[in-house]
Amino acid sequence: MLAVKNIETWYDLIRALHGISFEVKEGSIVALLGSNGAGKTTTLKTIMRLLDDDQPEKGTVEFLGQRIDRMDTEEIVRLGISYVPEGREVFPELTVMENILMGAYTRKDRRNAKADIESILNQFPILRERKDQQAGHLSGGEQQMLAIGRALMSKPKLLMLDEPSLGLSPLLTREIFTIIQRINKEGVTILLVEQNVNMALKYSHYAFLVENGRIVRADKPEILREDKDVKEFYLGIATETSVKGYKRYRRKVRFR
Amino acid sequence: MIEQLIIEGLAVGACYGLFGVAVAIIYKTSDVVNFAQGEMGMIATFVAFHVLTVYNVPFWLAFILTTAFAILLGMLIEFCFLRPAKDPTVLGFIIITLGAEMLLMGLAGWKWGAEQKDFPFLLSVQKMHKIMPGVVLNEWSIGVFVLSILIMIFLFLFFRFSKLGIAMRATQQNVNAAKIMGIKVERVFSITWAMSSLIGAVAAMFFAARSVLDPNFMMEPFMRAFAAAVLGGLASIPGVVVGGLLMGIIENIFGYVWPEWKPIVAFVVIVIVITIKPSGLFSKHYVKKV
Repeated sequence: MLAVKNIETWYDLIRALHGISFEVKEGSIVALLGSNGAGKTTTLKTIMRLLDDDQPEKGTVEFLGQRIDRMDTEEIVRLGISYVPEGREVFPELTVMENILMGAYTRKDRRNAKADIESILNQFPILRERKDQQAGHLSGGEQQMLAIGRALMSKPKLLMLDEPSLGLSPLLTREIFTIIQRINKEGVTILLVEQNVNMALKYSHYAFLVENGRIVRADKPEILREDKDVKEFYLGIATETSVKGYKRYRRKVRFR
Repeated sequence: MIEQLIIEGLAVGACYGLFGVAVAIIYKTSDVVNFAQGEMGMIATFVAFHVLTVYNVPFWLAFILTTAFAILLGMLIEFCFLRPAKDPTVLGFIIITLGAEMLLMGLAGWKWGAEQKDFPFLLSVQKMHKIMPGVVLNEWSIGVFVLSILIMIFLFLFFRFSKLGIAMRATQQNVNAAKIMGIKVERVFSITWAMSSLIGAVAAMFFAARSVLDPNFMMEPFMRAFAAAVLGGLASIPGVVVGGLLMGIIENIFGYVWPEWKPIVAFVVIVIVITIKPSGLFSKHYVKKV
C-alpha cells in the first residue's frame, strides 16, 4: 500500500535519513521503532511532505501505486493518508466539535460526515461529554483521543500515528493501543511510530527498527521480542554480566 | 452635552474599531501586523474617488468597484510580498509591510498627486438628525454604526459557524496541524488578506469623508486604530471593537475639555494600558501545554 524507497532527508546540512526503505501492507499494523533522534518522526514528516519543499532529497514514496513524494500535504490527505502528529497538536482554542469538523475539511459529503461525527463520538464517549469545551483544556489522553478521532474524520486508508503513547499513563497507553487495534480491524492500515517498544511489539504485525536514520532490523514482532540484542537495548531486559566476578561492563551493539 | 460627546465618540470609535478589525484579522491568522493596511485603504479610496469624479458613475457602483478592487489588492499584496518570503521573522514581516506601505504611498502620489481633495461621499458630515432630546447625529455617524454592526455580525457568524472561518482560526492556532487536516493554508492567507483589505477599504472611505483625501490621510487613523486594537487585545475581534469604541469616547471627551491635547491623549492611554496589561484589555492567550 505504502512503499518508501531509499529516501534521504536533509535538515540543511545534516542528513537525517540515510536511505530508508520499507513497505506497509494493506490491512496491517506496522511499527517503526527506535530511540530518540533515530529519524522515525522525520520519516513520517517526509511522507506527509511537512518538511522543506525540496525534501526528500532522494528516493521515492508511493501510495497505492502513485508517487506522492512531490505532492502537497493537502493532496496527500485527499488521497487517503491521515497523520496524528507527535504531541497531539489539536487546535487549542477551537472546541472539541470544531476540531473534529476540521478533520472532515477535505470531505464533500456533508450528510455522511455528520453520521461519521456521531460514530466518532460513540467510539470516544469522553469527547461527547467535552464536545463544547476548548480542546486546549482537555487532558493529555483526551487530546490524544481527539487527535485520533479528528484524523479518522477524513476517512483515511492509511493512518499514521506518531508516538500515541507520549506522556500517557500505562493504563491510558493500553487503552489507546486497544483503540488503534479496533480501528485497524475496521479496515484502516496503520503505520505507528513508537518509543514504547514493548507495547508496540505487542500490537503490531510487523516492525522496523530505525537507528541513526537507517533501518537496521525488520521482522515480525514475535521474532524481534526473542532477539537478544533487542531484548537488551530496546526492552531493557538486562543481560549484563560480570567478568571475573567484579568488573561489570556494558555490551555494545551496532546494528549494521 | 455629555451624551452628545459620547455618541460622537462612539461613532468615530466604531470607525477605529472597524479599521482595527481589519488589522486584527490578518494578525489573527498569520501573526503579521500589517503596517500597509492604512495605505491599502488609501489606494482603494483613491480608486473610488477616481471612478466617481472621472467616470461619473453612481456612488453604489463606485462602492462595489472599490470593494472588488480592495479584495484584489489584498490578495495581490499577500501573493507578491508575503508569500515569497522564506522563513521570515516577525521583524522581516514588519519590514515587508512597511515597504509595501511606502510603495503604495508613492504610487498614489504619482497617480493622483499630493494635493488635498474632497472625497464625494454619499453620507455627509453636515446633515444632522435628531435622535434623542438633546442629541443630534450626522448621517456619517449613522452610516458608520449601521455598517460596522453589520460587518461585526457577519464576522461573528463567519468565524463561529462557517467551515472556512473555523479553518482560518485553526490555521492561526497551528499551521502544520491545519496542513495535516488538508486545509490549503496559502489559500486561507489569501482570503484573509482579501477580507481584511475589504474591511479596511470601507473604513478608509469613511475616514476620507470625514477629513480630506491625500496620499497621507490614512497615517493618523491607522495609528489610532492600531493603538485601539492593541488596547483591546489584538487577537480578539470583539476586544478590538471595544478598544476602538473606548478610544473614540476618550478622545472625544478629552478633545472637548482640552482641545490642544486631543491628538496625543489616545496614545497616552495606550502607553498606560500596555504597561499595566501588556496583552490588552480583553485578550486571552493560550499557552501551549507540553
